[in-house]
Amino acid sequence: MPSTSDSSPRPQAATEPIVSIRDVHQSFGDIEVLKGISLDVPKGGVICIIGPSGSGKSTLLRCINGLVPIKQGSIRVANFNVHTLKTDQEKIALRKEVSMIFQQYNLFPHKTALANVMMAPVHVLKEDQDEVRQRAVALLAKVGLSTKQNAYPGELSGGQQQRVAIARSLAMRPHVMLFDEVTAALDPETVKEVLNTIQELAREGMTCILVTHEMRFAREIADDVYFTDGGVVVESGPPAELFDRPVKQRTRAFLSQIL
Amino acid sequence: MRALAPLPVLLPFELPARCVPGDAGFVIPRAVFTGRALALLLATFALSLVVGEALAAPGRPGVVETILKWVPVIFTGFLFNLLVSVLAMGLGTFAGAGLGLAQISPVAPLSRVAWAATQFFRNAPWLVLLFYAMSLLPFQLTFAGWSAPFPPWIKAVVGLALPVMANVSEIVRGGVQSIPRDQWESAESLAFTRRQTLWLIVLPQAVKRMTPPWMNLYAILTMATPLISIIGIADAMTLTRGALSAEGRPELLIPMYLMLLVWFFLYSYPIARWTVRLEEKYAVNI
Repeated sequence: MPSTSDSSPRPQAATEPIVSIRDVHQSFGDIEVLKGISLDVPKGGVICIIGPSGSGKSTLLRCINGLVPIKQGSIRVANFNVHTLKTDQEKIALRKEVSMIFQQYNLFPHKTALANVMMAPVHVLKEDQDEVRQRAVALLAKVGLSTKQNAYPGELSGGQQQRVAIARSLAMRPHVMLFDEVTAALDPETVKEVLNTIQELAREGMTCILVTHEMRFAREIADDVYFTDGGVVVESGPPAELFDRPVKQRTRAFLSQIL
Repeated sequence: MRALAPLPVLLPFELPARCVPGDAGFVIPRAVFTGRALALLLATFALSLVVGEALAAPGRPGVVETILKWVPVIFTGFLFNLLVSVLAMGLGTFAGAGLGLAQISPVAPLSRVAWAATQFFRNAPWLVLLFYAMSLLPFQLTFAGWSAPFPPWIKAVVGLALPVMANVSEIVRGGVQSIPRDQWESAESLAFTRRQTLWLIVLPQAVKRMTPPWMNLYAILTMATPLISIIGIADAMTLTRGALSAEGRPELLIPMYLMLLVWFFLYSYPIARWTVRLEEKYAVNI
């Protein structure tokens, strides 16, 4: 597990929220997955969402970057009202702001690591190829994969692929990053390298929303932890409080199962 | 990774017995890699020649000699069959790619019309489509005062291109849909448009999966080209029949048709082997 970050303080989070979620409802058919979720994330803040499988954590992340429309409530990210975005152009503008990392990495298998990182800036942002290449090389170095520039995803380990995916997202210069159980599919040995990368991002002031089952990591990195179950936030607070002095019976039951 | 597997694209599969493992753990039926099928066919052909010679009436030219006399003519017809197959495949692929992309269009009316057209032409007998093409297409094209002849053999190409189009349409649809949803989702989260995702991310991966069934379709089309002899076009089949009736010798019947069969076999056998090689090569984990 990564070492605690006590020695290197993160920039103090600003008070104005960059992500603001109010009473979000979402259902698939008759099944209501989110039943009124509200949360705020300050700029530069790091929050972790924990909870049992099927509690709507991943769905909430998908709602935040507009992959899934919501039924009710509001989601505001930076200057975007996500719940009112209609056209593709509006959604694309939002996604330049918010980037998402997936459990299964979802790299493009027909492109090298470097090409994966370069694709979106070149084709979506229409930036200069050479300039993007320099940035992509630097980003791969940042996630510790300088030697793997020309490797295809199939030639990389899960942890390496996930770090390429993080570099690929960073290439779009997002202000908010969403992490959807990004270590759940990894070998225990490679989990650490990915968590270290995320921790470094958080330290640099990136706003991060993580859905995770890594409780020790959540405790170290999060400003606030949200425990969700059954589509609602059961309890939230700073990790020291939520993990050590949970108030709700349901939270205690969940934590006793996994800690 | 989740992957829809609608036919007719190639997805990794397993064969239980008589298989050799290829690269990436993919299995290839062993029979494909032996020349047994070719050897058997050639042996049959040789046997038919021997039998033909034995049956030939004394005092007349031998079977081999007679066949060799006709080879230049019939082979020209065979090359014409190949020309028709290449043109029909080109036309059918071009139209079918468009139809297949229309099938996966988010515009519902477009995808429904494309689906209906695909199903219609895919489920119609090739010969019936050929007859329709022959009788419904005009004998010349007139456009803005300019006109060009539309000879029967071109009509036959169009007639054969119709079922090819429908099959290519299904190959394209299946190929695109076999790429996991995750690829679309991750491209979407990186702010790619639908069109960019399709052309930059999904199709380059799907084309690899589409190539083997597409080549397979070409081999089937080549085998089907003698159909055009039925609608009166002088292909290898027509010429062989003509040669046989000119000679009027029943002992020639089997060897001559076998010769034609050997030619077609020699042409499509490498394609079949190449297809298997590609299947093997593309059987990487995506």
